Formats: sequence, C-alpha cells, structure tokens
Amino acid sequence: MEFVGLVNYALFMAIFICIYALLALGLNIQWGFAGLFNAGIAGFFAVGAYTSAIISTAPADGRIGGFDLHFVIGWIGAMLAAGLVAWPIGKICLRFRSDYLAIATIGIAEIIRLVIKSEPVLTNGARGISNIPRPAGDLGYMESQIAYLIIVLAVLIVAYVVVERQFNAPWGRMMRAIRDDEDAARAMGKNVEFRRLEAFIFGAALMGLGGAMFAHFNRSITPEAIDPMVATFLIWIMLILGGSGNNRGAILGAAVVWIIWSVSEIATDRLPHEYAVQAKYLRLFLIGLMLQLVLRFRPEGLLPEPLRGDQRSTKSGADRH
Amino acid sequence: MDLFELVNFYVVPGIVLGSIYALGAVGITLIFAILRYAHLAHGDLATLGAFIALAAVTGMGVSPYVALPIAVLGTAAVAVGIDKVFYEHLRERPKIVTVMASLGIALMIRAVVQVVWGVDTQTYSRGIVRPEDYFGIRIRDREIYTLLAMVVLVGVLQLFLTRSKWGKAMRAMSDNPNLALLSGIDNKKVVMLTWVIAGGLCAASGFFLGINTELKAMMGWHMLLPMFAAAILGGVGRVEGAVLGGLIVGIAEELSVLVIPSEYKAAMAFAILLFMLLVRPTGLLKGKVL
Repeated sequence: MEFVGLVNYALFMAIFICIYALLALGLNIQWGFAGLFNAGIAGFFAVGAYTSAIISTAPADGRIGGFDLHFVIGWIGAMLAAGLVAWPIGKICLRFRSDYLAIATIGIAEIIRLVIKSEPVLTNGARGISNIPRPAGDLGYMESQIAYLIIVLAVLIVAYVVVERQFNAPWGRMMRAIRDDEDAARAMGKNVEFRRLEAFIFGAALMGLGGAMFAHFNRSITPEAIDPMVATFLIWIMLILGGSGNNRGAILGAAVVWIIWSVSEIATDRLPHEYAVQAKYLRLFLIGLMLQLVLRFRPEGLLPEPLRGDQRSTKSGADRH
Repeated sequence: MDLFELVNFYVVPGIVLGSIYALGAVGITLIFAILRYAHLAHGDLATLGAFIALAAVTGMGVSPYVALPIAVLGTAAVAVGIDKVFYEHLRERPKIVTVMASLGIALMIRAVVQVVWGVDTQTYSRGIVRPEDYFGIRIRDREIYTLLAMVVLVGVLQLFLTRSKWGKAMRAMSDNPNLALLSGIDNKKVVMLTWVIAGGLCAASGFFLGINTELKAMMGWHMLLPMFAAAILGGVGRVEGAVLGGLIVGIAEELSVLVIPSEYKAAMAFAILLFMLLVRPTGLLKGKVL
C-alpha cells in the first residue's frame, strides 16, 4: 500500500513537472530567445485552461458550451486563445523596452482574473468548470495517471524538439540577435517588432497549452485553482535557475524547483496548525530570496545558454537599452 | 442624479484615491527616470509602509497621523536597504534583470507582511467617521488630510528638485546620466536619495490607502497598475505629471462605475495605460520613453 502510494505520488509529481516544463519552455521562447519580460504567465495559463474546458466539457446550463469536442481540439483552442490574448498586448507594448511589457502583462493577468471571477456565463463563476474529461480518464486510478503522463510527456517532447530546432535555426539566431543588440539587428533589416510579437505569441500559446493540460488533469478549473502571483513567479524561477536561453535548462529548472516546492509543502504541512499559515508565506519568501541569489551568483543558471566560441566573452557586455 | 451626488459619491472619492496613487506614482516616475527601470515592488513597499504605521499605532498607542512619519522613515530605510542588498550589484547588467529582481522583492515583502501581521484585514481605528457637510459637499477629515498631505509632500519634493544641489543632481541624472557622471555627480548618493524619496512617498501612499479603506496584504499590489498608469499618463520623469496622472486615474476609476460594471473598476487603469502607450507614450507632459 505504501509503495503504491509512493508510485502514485511520483506519477503526480512527474505530470506536474511536465506541465510546468512546458510553461517554462514557453517563457524561454519569450525571455530566453527574445528578452521579453512576461509577468502575467498565470493569465495565459488561465485563458488556456478555461478555453479547453469550455470546448471539451459536455453542454451545461447557464454558461457558454460546453461543446463536448475532443480534448485535442480543446488543447489547440487553448493555444489559439492564449495567442489571441497575447497579440494586442504585444502589438502595443513591444515597440518599447521590456519594462512596459512587464507592466502590461501584470495588467492583462489582472483583467483575466477579473473576467474569470465576474463572468459566470463564460466561466461558471466561483464554482468553476468541472467534469472536464481527462484523456484515458476512465481507466483505473494508477493506469489513468500513467496514461496521462505519457500524453503530457509526448506533448513536452514534441514542444521541446520544435523549440530546440528553432533555437538553432536562422529564426532562433535572429531572435537572439534582436535580444542582444536591437539596433544592429534592425540595421540588418530585421523587423524587430514583428519578430518579438512572434516570439511573444508562440510563448503565450505554449502557456495556454500548459493551462489546458492542467485543467484536464485536475478534471476541473476554478478561479482559486492557482495563485496567479505564485504560479507566475515559480515559472520564472524555474527558467532562471535552469538557465534562460537553454531549453534543457528550462526543463531541468522545472523539475528542480517543483520538487523543492512540493517537498517544502510536505514539510510545512506537518507543522502544527498555528505555524502552518506562517510557514506557507515563509516558503514564498524563500523562493523570492532564491531568485535574488541565483541572479547574483549564477545568473546564467544551472545549464547556461549554449554559445559558440568567442561569443561567450562578449555576452556579459551586451547591455540592452 | 444631481451634481452634488456626482461630486459626493464619485469625484471626492476619486480625488482621494487619485492623491494616493499620485504619491506612489511620483516614486515610480523618479525610479523609472533616474535608475531607468520599472520597479515592480513599489506597491508592496507601500503595503509595508502602511503596516509599519499600524505597528506604531498598536504598539505605542499613538494616533495614526503620528505614526505616519515613523512609517515614512522606516520604509525609506527599508527601500535603501533593499537597493543596497539586492539591486546594487545588478546595476551593470541589463536593466530588465533588475525588473525581475524587483518582482521577487515584491513577493518577499508581501511574505514578510503576511508572516508578521497575518492575512486578515485590519484598520488603524475602529468606528465610522461621518463626513462633514461643506455647502452640500460631504467630505471626511481624513480625505482632506490625504489631499493636503499629497500636495505638501509633492510641493516640498518639487522645491527640493528645482532648488537644492542634490535635487538638481537627481534631475541631471534623469536627463543625461553620462553627462551627469562626467560633471562629477556622485551616482551612489543620487541613487540613495532617490530611494529615500521613493520609499518615503510609497509609505505615505500605503498609509493613506489604509486610513481611507483598510489594511490588507494585497492592498499595495493592486495599486501597482494604477500607479504605473499614472506615471506613464503624466510622462515618465515628470513629478507634476505623476500627480496629474494619479488624479486622472483615480477619478476615472471612480467614474467608470457609471458606465461599466463595478467589478471592472480596476481595468480602468489598464485601459488608460494601453491607450497612452498607443497614442502618446511620452505622456501628457512629455516625459521620457525608455
């Protein structure tokens, strides 16, 4: 019994790591490739989760849908919806330095949170959307978890291969050129705003997909399912610790940070009740401190961005204005 | 609805809220212009200021207005400390790295507030204050104090920036950092002064939000977007612009209830922000665009 419980827990962790790795990959496209600061990851995540939920649940009273379509359509819809939300924001903000994008993405995440809370027609309000079909969900408990892990892992591998190919392709080199020296890239005839918009939308689409996979795994999505600030921040620390600009780093970071985060949750849950609440916030403090330490002592992360030869020496001097 | 009702229920609260935003936006605009990054922990620094004042009120039993200077000084010290410990060594790196660090700082400050003061909403003083009637316009004392404090603090700051040596140094750093450094301005002192001013104003902003509504751990974070909208609306680097922007955002938020559902009040600041970035990114008073 103990052993079965452990296996189930490991499966549960592995699925979450895959979902977070996908989110970190999305952020890597935005930050690692293009240097775009997205502080509203949770917003795109939520858009994806709700879109897929609406598309794939059975018809219900009092809200739009569900349309009872196949989950694959739901996931594609989630990617499209998240990309569609990202488009106007990127269109307006990417002409400026990334600081403006940071503020605007905080804003869009806030607006999405408001919409989810106050539009029951769309999201069923505080009760959220439940009975979201989980692919292979009618198997036994453990079999179903294994099956879902395989699906999530397959999606992650496909996403990784695609993103990694792009990293080495001309597109990836161009994105890094724009990131490191915008003026030089512009002088070479690159359409900086448009390319940044591409990266922003692709990244957002992956985040939407991550949200959809989360919703289907939990079989439900509610406004309280994730804490927007904590989720956004966790994904940031995953990417920075793992190594921004390195896709394997993003995945490694997701695994390391998620394991630390979950294990520390188990530890704080064992505390007596009067300390449990404080311990929860202490964890948040420590994860914030962890970012500061990584930024200070190992800014390149565990797996640094792969650069060729003499490029490495010039990187530290590259200051984007 | 008659004019008095409009003024009493929408314009007066709007001006009060706007004054609170203005206090924070001035700090944001100074940091944006002088240090050249968006400081995302500004809202949570305001929360900390509000709670330091609460600690003074409950710990020493003084009136909230006596606690205000304590909060201002305490928060200014914290702001300088945060800069020294966490931001200073990032100065040579791309500025966006400091923006990221400040997001982490926001989380850390909030966590400290939640650990020390808990997550329940609190107030400085109990009981309901009835507004006084001034020729049909009903205003509470604390609302007058909020507006007055904002005007006095920003006025003193403006005097300092235009008349004193260090104020001029700050403006020089904002206009042209290379030239300012060449002419012998001590960058470290300017940075420290900026944090003292921004931190102090931040605490005042949090304090007045707390005294006009209530204190909770998320109060500052929710102010972040309006404060940035105000700074950009007024023009980055323009103190008087930040005040103007703050008042416009505050009044617009209160008036927005008349046309859109009240749940979306907070969206008003975001709409203003995007609109300004779209049509006039330099802001009303022609500030910087980074």
